[in-house]
Amino acid sequence: MLLTKAEMRRAMLGGALSLAGIAVFVGLAVFALLLSSGASSILAAVLEPYILRVLRFTLLQALLSTLLSIAFAIPVAQALARQQHVPGRMWIIRLMAVPMGLPVLIGALGLIGIWGRQGLMNALLLKLGMAEPISIYGLSGILLAHIFFNMPLACRLMLAALERVPAEYWLMASGLGMRPGSIFRFIEWPVLRSVIPGIAGLIFMLCATSFTLVLTLGGGPAATTVEVAIYQSLRFDFDPGRAVVLSLLQIVLTSVILGALSFLPAPGDEGTTAGKALRRPDGRLPGARLADGGVLLLAALFLGLPLMSVLLAGLRSDLMKLLREPIFWQSAATSLAISISAAILALLISMTLVSARRAVLLRRSGAMGAGAFFAAMGGASSLVLLVPPIVLATGWFLALRSFDVSAVAPLLIVAINALMSLPFVMRVLEPAFIVHKRRTQKLAASLGVTGWVQLRLIDMPALFKPVLTAFSFAMALSLGDLGAVALFGSDSFVTLPWLVYSRMGSYRTNDADGLALILGIVCLLLTIAGTMGPARREVAVHG
Amino acid sequence: MFKFTSCLLFATAFVATVGLAGPGARAADKTLTVYTYESFTSEWGPGPKVKEAFEKTCGCSVNFVSVADGVALLSRLKLEGAATKADVVLGLDTNLTTEAKSTGLFDASGVDVSALKVPGDYKDDVFVPYDYGHFAVIYDTQTIKNPPQSMKDLVEGDPSQKIVIEDPRTSTPGLGLLLWVKSVYGDKAPEAWAKLKKRVLTVTPGWSEAYGLFTKGEAPMVLSYTTSPAYHMVAENSDRYQAAAFSEGHYIQIEVAGLLKNAPDKALARDFLKFMVTPGFQDTIPTNNWMMPVSETSQPLPDAFGKLVNPSKTFLMSSEEVAENRKAWIDEWLAAMSMN
Repeated sequence: MLLTKAEMRRAMLGGALSLAGIAVFVGLAVFALLLSSGASSILAAVLEPYILRVLRFTLLQALLSTLLSIAFAIPVAQALARQQHVPGRMWIIRLMAVPMGLPVLIGALGLIGIWGRQGLMNALLLKLGMAEPISIYGLSGILLAHIFFNMPLACRLMLAALERVPAEYWLMASGLGMRPGSIFRFIEWPVLRSVIPGIAGLIFMLCATSFTLVLTLGGGPAATTVEVAIYQSLRFDFDPGRAVVLSLLQIVLTSVILGALSFLPAPGDEGTTAGKALRRPDGRLPGARLADGGVLLLAALFLGLPLMSVLLAGLRSDLMKLLREPIFWQSAATSLAISISAAILALLISMTLVSARRAVLLRRSGAMGAGAFFAAMGGASSLVLLVPPIVLATGWFLALRSFDVSAVAPLLIVAINALMSLPFVMRVLEPAFIVHKRRTQKLAASLGVTGWVQLRLIDMPALFKPVLTAFSFAMALSLGDLGAVALFGSDSFVTLPWLVYSRMGSYRTNDADGLALILGIVCLLLTIAGTMGPARREVAVHG
Repeated sequence: MFKFTSCLLFATAFVATVGLAGPGARAADKTLTVYTYESFTSEWGPGPKVKEAFEKTCGCSVNFVSVADGVALLSRLKLEGAATKADVVLGLDTNLTTEAKSTGLFDASGVDVSALKVPGDYKDDVFVPYDYGHFAVIYDTQTIKNPPQSMKDLVEGDPSQKIVIEDPRTSTPGLGLLLWVKSVYGDKAPEAWAKLKKRVLTVTPGWSEAYGLFTKGEAPMVLSYTTSPAYHMVAENSDRYQAAAFSEGHYIQIEVAGLLKNAPDKALARDFLKFMVTPGFQDTIPTNNWMMPVSETSQPLPDAFGKLVNPSKTFLMSSEEVAENRKAWIDEWLAAMSMN
């Protein structure tokens, strides 16, 4: 027995509580919205041609964005995994976290600085004698932006998976003299295949619910997502019933599509390891070095140039003046408090879900209930991304309107941010946790190491890094989020992204650029913290 | 694992309590709660000055609650219903007043508005106007030497000279342009949009995105306000961005405020509305809200305001007409703009 009865019960109970918590949090908001709007002929209103056209476009762009993001992420992740010592490697990985924490509009402006009509690319093409500037506005712009924001995410998750491959595999590969083709087929692809469905699902959801990017770069209302329609129905139209039905439509349709991909597949048997240092035999061939170098250079340019343009714009602002403003420090403190709380909450929920899912797996009772419980926990933690924050916020606002909403607003925002980062945190933690447990549990059980001792000696050293990574992921996401704050906003409650938008909204673009730069730097610092520590902590424990 | 999660639980509770506990409520004799939009209350907006000036006379404290914009203001009010804590709502525009009235939350203002100078003859006994601005196409003089002289010029002009506009489904200026084109073209509006579409670089969700693209040089034209150049002239000392005067006339946006039926101290709320049209309030409008004042200011307006486009004709549809047709017109716009 790997888990005692009590441990099993505790894990299951924790998972059930988290699941119930998510369900109640989302359910109450939806219920409050439906209650406030006599749900009259809503279905007919939703199935109008406009919505059908919007649905078609939503799914099309999300599908293309996902495919392209994954396709570009694979070679980059491979190159990063192969070349452990290439100069600047760590910085590429760190840069990959920055787009996630940037307010979307700032990221879009950075992209436009490179790919826009007056951007670097067009300037280059003009020099090369091409007269007509390329225009990114339209589907191409949307795809470009979605790749910019999501390819790094895919890449980081894939890299994490590749780095979990035991060093023994590489020794073996080296001993067998495996060529890169065979290495890909027998080692890398099986690993990637087990994580790609989860990553693809995540990116698909992120792109399907994209809003500002789609409108700003889409070139016109032909590019409209369901999220826009939901926002629209809560704005001028103020029709909460319609917003709920559209959200449900978005959730149902996307889950059907994602049903083909199984959520969060249990990682394959990744075997035990003595935790030797990673040494890849295939990275040292001169050809591989050159090719990987090329891939990494392109990826660094693709990511780095737009960020550079954000940096340059930011440096043109009066940073010293911004740093002297009390409102900056106030909003920075608020943002940090919110994102730290949201990250802790997301970690907490993920931990309980991951433990419970593992307990179900270990029990293998085969009972229908257990399977459904397992799937529900996986599904809930993913699909929550499809519930638009504005729907949650509006619903909770309605539910709490007879109380002092502004007093609980911070807690609601923390909860909403935590839920939104749950799918990311789960994807970082679950594979790492399960592999770690598979490798250590039997030994720990046979030695009778349990409780705090197990946590301190066995779990902490190995899980420290993924937990830190997940934490920085969640914090960065929450830092860049504007969504929920907009509805509750009041004078005493200002976050950094809110401040950025507010400066942009009153002609102070320079200030906004400067603040965005600061926000970007904070995200970078977070990632540096998230990738800290020796590369392989297991070495110290087992070695 | 369980112990680890309980550690996290404590940490969350700790951070949430310590980090987010807001400042406690201040005790004051009388408090006037004003719901408004965010740029009004920001430190460079009129809010802080208005608060200071009014508090000198009212023996009360003014408490602003701000949301993103005028539309969000109305949504907030609908969400809160009769339980709202607002005494005064400041920042709706004339396109929203019919819907605002239909909530049944507002009371007659009791403010004499006959002396106010608002183009388009806006009169209402519930909502009091406090500033206005005309929508206008702002262009970059470094790129465009011959700006459009009329809506017709804009619609039929060179498609390679682009304009960024806002989406009428999500933003007030977007809705303004929709109504402007409708006022000029009437039933022919869809045809006009189909032509204008070729010049539209992109349609952004709000004013900020559009103006950001414009000032980054992505497009030489943007839909904004006649007062936008005043900001660049006064705050940045730059003549680069100018408004194009359209011979057909310009559509107006009038911003209004109203008092709530359930306001605990209606007399105080009414005093605020009266104060709103005096110099103490109006002085803050031009260079803080970057709009036109509706009555005398104590000092003449800065020179830059004299250089602004002064529309020969003002378009303004009644709030009822807009409320009635908005959906149909937006559908019309969608159809015209989605064609290939």
